[in-house]
Order: sequence, then C-alpha cells, then structure tokens
Amino acid sequence: MIFSIVRTGWMALRRDRGALALSFVLPIAFFSIFAVIFGGQKQSTPKISVIVADEDHSSVSARLLKGLQAESSLNVLLTPLAKKNQPVPYTAATAEAAVREGVAPVALVVPKGFGEHPINIGDTSEGQQLRLLKDSSDPVAPQMLNGLLQKVAMTSLTDLMAEQGMKYWDSEAGGFTAQQKERMEAGLRDLRDYRARQERGEAKTSAENDAGLIRVQARDVVGANKQSPLISFYAAAIGVMFLLFTSSGAAGSLLDEAENGTLDRVLSSQVDMTTLLLGKLTYSTLLAFSQLTLMFVWAWSVFHVDLWSHIPGFLVMGLSTALAVGAFGLMMASFCRTRAQLGAVSTLLILLMSSIGGSMFPRYLMPEAVQKAGLLTLNAWAIDGFTKVFWRDEPLVHLAPQVGVLLAAALILFLLARRLARRWEFA
Amino acid sequence: MAAAATDGGISSQLPLRMECISKCFGKLKALDDISLEVSAGECFGLLGPNGAGKSTLMRVIAGRVRPGSGSAMIAGDSAGSSRARRSLGWIPQELALYGALTCRENLLAFGRYQGLRGSPLQQAADWCLEWAGLTDRGTDRVRNLSGGMKRRLNMAAGLIHRPRLVLMDEPTTGVDPQSRNRIFEMIEQLRRDGTSVVYTTHYMEEAERLCDRIAIVDHGRIIALGTKDELVAQVFEARSEVVARFAGPAAAEFVAAHAGRMAGDAAQFTVAGPSDVSALLEAVSAAGLTLIDLSVHRPNLESVFLHLTGRGLRD
Repeated sequence: MIFSIVRTGWMALRRDRGALALSFVLPIAFFSIFAVIFGGQKQSTPKISVIVADEDHSSVSARLLKGLQAESSLNVLLTPLAKKNQPVPYTAATAEAAVREGVAPVALVVPKGFGEHPINIGDTSEGQQLRLLKDSSDPVAPQMLNGLLQKVAMTSLTDLMAEQGMKYWDSEAGGFTAQQKERMEAGLRDLRDYRARQERGEAKTSAENDAGLIRVQARDVVGANKQSPLISFYAAAIGVMFLLFTSSGAAGSLLDEAENGTLDRVLSSQVDMTTLLLGKLTYSTLLAFSQLTLMFVWAWSVFHVDLWSHIPGFLVMGLSTALAVGAFGLMMASFCRTRAQLGAVSTLLILLMSSIGGSMFPRYLMPEAVQKAGLLTLNAWAIDGFTKVFWRDEPLVHLAPQVGVLLAAALILFLLARRLARRWEFA
Repeated sequence: MAAAATDGGISSQLPLRMECISKCFGKLKALDDISLEVSAGECFGLLGPNGAGKSTLMRVIAGRVRPGSGSAMIAGDSAGSSRARRSLGWIPQELALYGALTCRENLLAFGRYQGLRGSPLQQAADWCLEWAGLTDRGTDRVRNLSGGMKRRLNMAAGLIHRPRLVLMDEPTTGVDPQSRNRIFEMIEQLRRDGTSVVYTTHYMEEAERLCDRIAIVDHGRIIALGTKDELVAQVFEARSEVVARFAGPAAAEFVAAHAGRMAGDAAQFTVAGPSDVSALLEAVSAAGLTLIDLSVHRPNLESVFLHLTGRGLRD
C-alpha cells in the first residue's frame, strides 16, 4: 500500500515538469553558481582595483608602485580608464573623486616627500604618510591593500628598511663603532646589489630576509557619516529580488485569464492586446514601486537609512527598476504556457539573476567573470543605481547608465511580451 | 466590406451575416464554406458533435479567429473591428469572471472595458444585476456564489454594454434544472427586447425550446439549416420513426438489412405509413426474432441529428 502511494506521488511529480525542475534542476543550478563564485577561483581572493596617485615621483615611490603592480591580487589603476589614449596620472583630488564615483573601492596617495622617509621604525614623525582613501561600503579592499603595502615594503624596499633601522639603532643605542658602521655599509651595498640582481631576474625573492613597516593613514571618502553601509545596499538588493517575484506573480494573472476564458472576453471588448499588456505593465510597475517605497520607508524608520534627502534619486531609480521588473514579469507570463510552468521557470531565473546580480551578496566579492556576467541582470543595474543614490550621494545625471539600461531592458522585454502574446490574440 | 457596411441595405445591417467562411488549422479544415444570417431578435442554434467546428465558428464571429476566406459582418461591421465588438456580447462556456471581485465590481470592470463610464455604467450594472436576478447579491464576491448564480453573472457580464448580438457558448453547462429555467427566461426576455442570440448547446431540448432556427454543423460544414419543423421535414419528409426492441441471435444483422440503426438496445427505422409497420413486423417474425416492444412517433430534432451525423449530440 505504501509502495502504491509512493508510486502515485512519483508519477505525479514526473508529469509536472515545473515541480520536477524545482526539485532537481534548481538545487544543482544553485550549487553550480555558488561553486563558481566561491570555489572555482584560481586565486584565493578576487582581484581588487586600487587607484594609485603618485605625487612623490621619487625612485622609492616608483619601486613601491612597481611592487604593487606585481601583486596578482591587485588591479592598479594609475590613470583614469576613459583616458587611456591620453593618460593623465591620478592626483590626490582625482583619485578621491574616482573613489566617490565607485571606480575603485580604495585609492592610495603617495604624497610628495614620502621617498625621503618611507620606512617607519621607532617613534618618529619624520616623512609623509601614505594616504588610503576608501569607500567604507567595501570593508575588505582597504584592509587587503594595507596588508599588501606592508608586504611590498618588505619585499621591494628591504635596503631602505635596513638603512632606516640602522639609523634608528645608531641614535637610540648610543652609536655604532667605526668598524660596525663599515660592516653595515658593506651589508647595505650587498643588499642593494642583491635587489638590483633581483630586478634583473638574476636572484630570487626571499621575503624572509625583509622586514619593516610603512605608515598609512586611512580615511573614508564615501559613507564617512553614514550608518552601516550594507543596509541601503540590502534594501535595494532584497527589494529588487522580491520585486521580480511579485511582478512575475502579478503578470501570471494573464495565464489565469487565458485559462478561464476571461482573456477571450476582455479581448472581444474594446480592449486590444497592446492596451491590455500596457495596463498589466502599469499595474505591475505601481505594485513594485509601492513595495520598494515600503521597503525604504521601513529602512528609514528602523535602520535610519537617509531616505528623505535622496527622494529624487529614489523616485528615478525606483520607477525605472519597477518598470523593468514589471516588463520582466510580463515577458515571463507571455513566454510560459501554464501557471505551474511560470512558477518554476521564473523562480529558477529570478534566483539565478539574484545570485549573480548581487541581490544575495555584494558583487565586488565575486570573481571578475561573474561580476561581468552580473551585468546581464536587472538586479545589478538596479543595485548599482541605488548605491549611487544612497551611498555615494551622486547627482541624478550620474544615474544615466543605470536608468538607461533599465528603461531599455523594460522596452525590449515589453516588446518581447507583446510578440509572445500574439498566440492569445488570433488563430 | 466597407461598401457592405455603408450601403444602407437592410441585409448589411443584420446582426450577423456570414458568407463563405472557411478556415484551416494546418491540414485540418475546421470551417468549410459556411454562410448564414441571423435577424434581429432571433435565437439561432448551432448544434453539432464535439469537434464539428461550432467553437471555431463562434470565435470567427467574435473576431478571435481570422477566417482563411469569406466575410463575417456584425451589424454591418467586419468581425473583430472596434465597432463590431461594440455590437457583440461574448458569453464563453467558462466562468470568465474575476473571482476575488464582487458581482457588481465584475460588471463595472467589463463595462469599463467596453468603454462605459459614469452613470450609464452604473445603470447598466443595475440592469444586469436585475436581469440576472442578482440584485441582492451585488456586493457578494463571485467565489462565494452558487454555480447557477455564477452562470447568470457570467451571462450578464457579456451584456453590460447591451449588444445587438450575443454569443452564448453552452451557457447552461453544469447548471441545475431550476437555474436552467431561470436562464431560459433571461434569454427569452432578451429576445423580446430585440437582441439576437447565437446559441450552442449539448441539450437538444434547449435548442427545441429556445431556437427559432437551427444549423447542424459537422466536419466544418452546415449540413442542415432551418426551423425544427423544417429540419424534420427535410430529413424525414412525412415519414414516422419506429423504435423497437428485439430478442434473438441475429438482431443486429436484421436492423442493418432493413435500413435501421441501433441506438442503445433499441433499433430505429423510418416508415412511410402503417403498411410499412406491418411489413416490418412480418419481417421480424420471419427472421425468428422475438419482439419485446415497439413504438411509432413523429421524428424530433434528436432524430434529425442522429440521422444526419450518425452520432448523439453529447458523443
């Protein structure tokens, strides 16, 4: 008897392709996505973009830069990407502006005079500190850069560290004898020869021989006075994901109406298919925008997200996002044949888009290839736009790429839905 | 078509006029050279076995299927045009209603889709509720109504804009006898008001009671068209129908040899007069069969349908 019940259940599942896909395909798909994001990376950490403004222009700063560029986990930007044909090196001001715009999560400024006292040994206030300008929404990149700076100092500026260390010891420990000084000078010469050979590829690096410290002064240039950076991010990220679910559910009424004959009745009235779809799109857009509004009002009231000084940006991004997800839902409903199919396919697609589009965790934590793939999702563009509004305080014109992509996506998806809906129109 | 709509001739303003309509779906010829007219206040029945082409024909009239050839005009306008849709009411077989809305909200929604606004819309909703006997249920949600009430509301929603022609696709499906009588009264009231009805059903007695003229459709063609009496006369002329039950080993062969047909456990024959009945009885005796019972009656619509299609209406 139990076997009969099992058999009936299995037969029903086998014939319900939607449920079958949700049961078996979805877990495999998600396992694969997460495996690619977190397990398939060739390097232990994703590459971090760092802007470097060298205002010192000394041989020491050049060596430091060279050391940073040799780091495989860093993508060092010395000039703005858009000006590659006429490279103008970053300055402290342009680097700070670039961090504000989100070009990179962190910038390193090597100030003038740094090369005179690059190494900080003992309690000395001599020389200029390196300056780290960071976007506090990314807690990983600045710390990683700081650590790598120390590593580069140890591997690239060993002779300077030794020299500085000896000077410190000479002044603090009562002075070296002439013989000791001579030997140390000889040692430094050997070290400099070794480094020269190393640079020519004639000697191998030995980090164990190096030691030292670089003084770094870090400063938030984005989000310095804000609450937790991830709150506004997640209000947008989670909001978009649920908007997608809501919109595909709302657009599913089209399938119900086709099933129960209401669509025939509506289309035999004064309403044509284009008008009907526009009506459904408007409804979905308003519903999605209401959801987003509620989400951000909640974020303001409970988590102190500054909604009221960002109203224009919120309206622009909210309406663009709501329109795009509304059109997505309509396209899905027009594409699918049944409610069950819509439920299965849209769940699969929305979770996929949300995972690589940044709704589940920030895209900057993902490998570069996945970050690029994320740009194919509505989630990524919407989240980037909301981040510009709520985190970077950027003006409305800076939202043009995100709004443009979302509106274009809405138009394409709507036209696709209109084309697919022809099957209901005439036989 | 434009000429037909504007020439002012009486025939061009008929609620429905179809000429030489054909439609193929792939290799299947769903409609084959269909022509018919429906006059004001007429109830026109479409009968046919499942798959005969009735639904396709209804959808051509509603403008939801484009015919391969021929023309369909609704009150002088091409089927599917905005003006034709204004003259047409569509009552699908399914309960095409919004379950979460109330009766009145449903009527108002479909009224707005038809372009009605303001007090004309409110008055139309009042009229529909009264016509369907649902005035006291106007604020009830549709999903809480009984099956018969839903059917009546389904019909009312197709009439909110007071069309000249109403398509009713099996409107009494799944309805109890009491509600069915109520629906018949509603349709008769419509006809008295001058509304034309195209009616499909699987119940022969409904067609006999309601329809002025009936078209029997099979394999996409109209195989007979006329009033009930005309159809009987066309098929049977003055002949009568004999229904007999026999017992014996070769009953089926006997029926086939005497141009009869089996309908369940009874055999049906057509006879010109009493002498044919006597001859039939003698033949039964000669064949060694035992006659259990026998009746002679005037053929009805069902007899016509069986004779023409070889199938029952609900097969």
